[in-house]
Amino acid sequence: MKNFINLGRDVNRLDGYDKVSGNAKYIADYEFPGMLYAKVLRSPHPHAEIISINTSAAEKMEGVIAVTHSGKCSHKMGLYLVDRPVFATGKVRFKGEPVAAVAALTEDIAAAAIKKIKVKYKMLPLVDNIEDALDKNATLVHPDLMKYSYLPIYYPKKGTNIFNHFPLRKGDIKKGFKQSYKIYENEFTLPQIQHVPMEPHGAIAKWDRNDKLTVYSSVQSPFTLRNLLRLAFGLSHKDVRVIAPYVGGGFGGKAGINMEPLAVALAKEAKGKWIKLIFSREEVFLGTTVRQAMRARVKTGIAKNGRIIAEEIEMIFDGGAYAEYGTNVVRAAGYTCIGPYDIKNVKGDTYGVYTNHLVGGAFRGFGHGELHWAVESQMDIIANDLKMDPAEFRRLNVLKPGSINSMGEKITKHTGDMVACIDAVAKDLKWGKPSKKPAKPYIKRGKGLAVLEKAPAMPANATSCARVKFNEDATVIVQFSGMEIGQGCITALTQIAAERLKMDVSKLHAAGLPDTDFSPYEWQTVASRITWAVGNAIINAVDDAHEKIKKVASKVLKVKASQLDIDGEKVFVIGNKGKSIALPLIIMGYQYPDGHTIGGPVEGVGTFTPHLTNLDAKTGQGHAAAEWTFGCEGAEIEVDTRTGELKILNLVGAFDLGTVINPSTARGQIIGGMIQGLGSAVLEELKYKDGKIANPSFVDYKIPTAADLPDKIKHIFIQTPDDGGPFGARAIGEHPMISIPPAIANAIYDATGVRIKALPLTDEKILSSLKEKK
Amino acid sequence: MSKDITLNVNGIDHHVNIQGNETLLKVLRDKLGLTAAKEGCGAGECGACAVIYNGSPASSCLILAVEAEGVEILTLEGITPKDHLHPIQQAFIDKGAVQCGFCTPGMIITTYSLLKSNPDPSEDEIKKAISGNLCRCTGYVQIIEAIREAARRLKRVKGRRK
Ligand code: FES
Ligand code: FES
Repeated sequence: MKNFINLGRDVNRLDGYDKVSGNAKYIADYEFPGMLYAKVLRSPHPHAEIISINTSAAEKMEGVIAVTHSGKCSHKMGLYLVDRPVFATGKVRFKGEPVAAVAALTEDIAAAAIKKIKVKYKMLPLVDNIEDALDKNATLVHPDLMKYSYLPIYYPKKGTNIFNHFPLRKGDIKKGFKQSYKIYENEFTLPQIQHVPMEPHGAIAKWDRNDKLTVYSSVQSPFTLRNLLRLAFGLSHKDVRVIAPYVGGGFGGKAGINMEPLAVALAKEAKGKWIKLIFSREEVFLGTTVRQAMRARVKTGIAKNGRIIAEEIEMIFDGGAYAEYGTNVVRAAGYTCIGPYDIKNVKGDTYGVYTNHLVGGAFRGFGHGELHWAVESQMDIIANDLKMDPAEFRRLNVLKPGSINSMGEKITKHTGDMVACIDAVAKDLKWGKPSKKPAKPYIKRGKGLAVLEKAPAMPANATSCARVKFNEDATVIVQFSGMEIGQGCITALTQIAAERLKMDVSKLHAAGLPDTDFSPYEWQTVASRITWAVGNAIINAVDDAHEKIKKVASKVLKVKASQLDIDGEKVFVIGNKGKSIALPLIIMGYQYPDGHTIGGPVEGVGTFTPHLTNLDAKTGQGHAAAEWTFGCEGAEIEVDTRTGELKILNLVGAFDLGTVINPSTARGQIIGGMIQGLGSAVLEELKYKDGKIANPSFVDYKIPTAADLPDKIKHIFIQTPDDGGPFGARAIGEHPMISIPPAIANAIYDATGVRIKALPLTDEKILSSLKEKK
Repeated sequence: MSKDITLNVNGIDHHVNIQGNETLLKVLRDKLGLTAAKEGCGAGECGACAVIYNGSPASSCLILAVEAEGVEILTLEGITPKDHLHPIQQAFIDKGAVQCGFCTPGMIITTYSLLKSNPDPSEDEIKKAISGNLCRCTGYVQIIEAIREAARRLKRVKGRRK
């Protein structure tokens, strides 16, 4: 490992002071004079025609300033597929869909006014699950699907509920199965889950009479929000300004465009006034996006030597009432469909279908938690049936340097070391040795592991920009628009800038909270891409600033710019450190003794563009992955066979994240992700009754608390430098959540011989499976 | 119905006009400008709104402001010393216990109260104490380490005073 001055070091979070002191401002903390408060009327039905909306009683109420609904605001929105109206238009497609909104002098008045809006509905048939959606005579949730605008990398199917079909074809699947010695086929499912950021979504908007729009929002992607708002409301980019305060957790739920248009629609009706809309926790459950539900069928062909030679996988995602951002979840899951395995013959078909459920969208893992649930359960079933060690079976079959992955990309030694991840987890779990025998005979212990891979899912033109500005005293301000959503990007990116500047990080200040009028462009804070992509842009920005300094210094020192180098304090002639200029004397312009000055304030600008291609429409082959992060996760558990009670004894995760920029924040990402993964494994499920969500609160939708922690939890860094990452770093934000569910399911099988194929792995489900087995 | 009351917050008496149905959380945030306490659920289920109320931690979203008259209330702003950080706050930074920061004020309040009543808590006692404070980012492990570290540092401070 190289000698870094700022990397691989636990630099304390630069946003730490703000956050422990209460100084950090989140969207709900903003108040402006004359502000109005908004409330949203939501549909009580999952699928119904809107016959009429009568707002006159609400409008007459004292203190009500604006009322709006689809009659006044008929705009549609969407990042990838523009299918989602701001307000339900013509019909409602899920329970909780916004139908109208009110802005009033106080929240209480707005809440009372909402109740006075009268809406007449006529029920429509309910599309309540994937089966309903795919039925030959299915009710179409979006009869106008083909009229919507969408990027040409998605494939909706006319006359169906299918909003995207991603096919993947590699090798010769028929031949592969023909040559197989054994074939396995299984089906796996998982339900919708919620991101549950602790901060509810919120936005504050003002539409001025000169048609300038300003929006504060709890947002992961200020520039993409600006773009989508201006598309929806027909404005120019220059007239829309998005300002992003600290975000209290995102996990994908604040990516793209969300609830902001509701506030904007009201702002348009009450010009010149600030409109504040903060969701209640119930509205976060009902009115934001969720992780899509999925059903997967996996068919795998094995050769005599244990090598996988054919795999056919069909994944169907329940995208809910609107596809929007979720269209790309289907694509991302589709091109990674077989997981990190080297398989010659593959046939993948990944579908997204509309239902009358909550809107599916981006969620930490972006399709990969879903696909690995299926694939990593399947691998365990096969290994056990073949009487092969499940770790050994994976070592034999995973991607290695020289392998070709699902979409035809070649794996090199820089891609990462999957086998090292497996070895590290196996070692920690004392793999191969049976668990310590519990004292009570009805308690069974077991171990399981599961591998994973993920690349950032983004379009080929997802770009980044960064700036470094020197101050008079040669300290530096770094500017970028990666959002600090808790992951620690402000700190990591400042460390990267400091490293390239050859300065201690204490000499830098990060202007990390973006304002689209002033900050450099950033596509989105999603896909675990910020440290990696913006880190590269920052390196380019530092190099640009250094070039500018050298240009001036070469005139002063009368040498070629190429003969100069810069350390954190001075620019000097290579091989002659005495011939130098201290940075403070040059970064605002160099002044000669007679007073005349050359050069000027030094600001470096850097951009970064990933080198990607679109994928072939018929085969899904191409290059969609800017970089991969490989990992392996393991669990040791015990089950009380009398009650089904599951206890997690140990969780371990090893990830090849390349060069670790900040071990403490990287650990935070890993442990936090593993525990969110634990929630999705054993607790979390959005439950429906008659198409309506039955558990939209913390009483009924449990997420892990400190009391749910396993006895032991451990993270392991594998550090194979990424040849395209800043100083060799690669992505780690989403990955730790991905394979905890299959690792635990595999451990349950090891302990009890019971295979559960539907998440979550609740005690009740374990108990009933144990009973079935008997 | 509005009413004039006096709230004692962080040692200062505040005269405020409130609505009968307003929660203490809302009054702290909207009328007193004390926004460290957050609303995560409004239903007593997440701990983001925790304040010290009569000496123990309480969910300020469940308390009506009218009921709080005459009660000593301490918020995160109140436990932050004038020109530096409280050892608990510093330990949260040093141990990487902060990510998005939305749960942090509530966590620190709960820790403050725990360490007052139990200066040397075991890991299980810590887990139990913070199990009403939801955090979606950290997985709690670094928070628990920060609380242990804060306990150590507070003991050292106390030891020095003796
Ligand atoms: S906001 Fe009070 S407990 Fe959640
Ligand atoms: S740090 Fe984000 S909720 Fe705890």
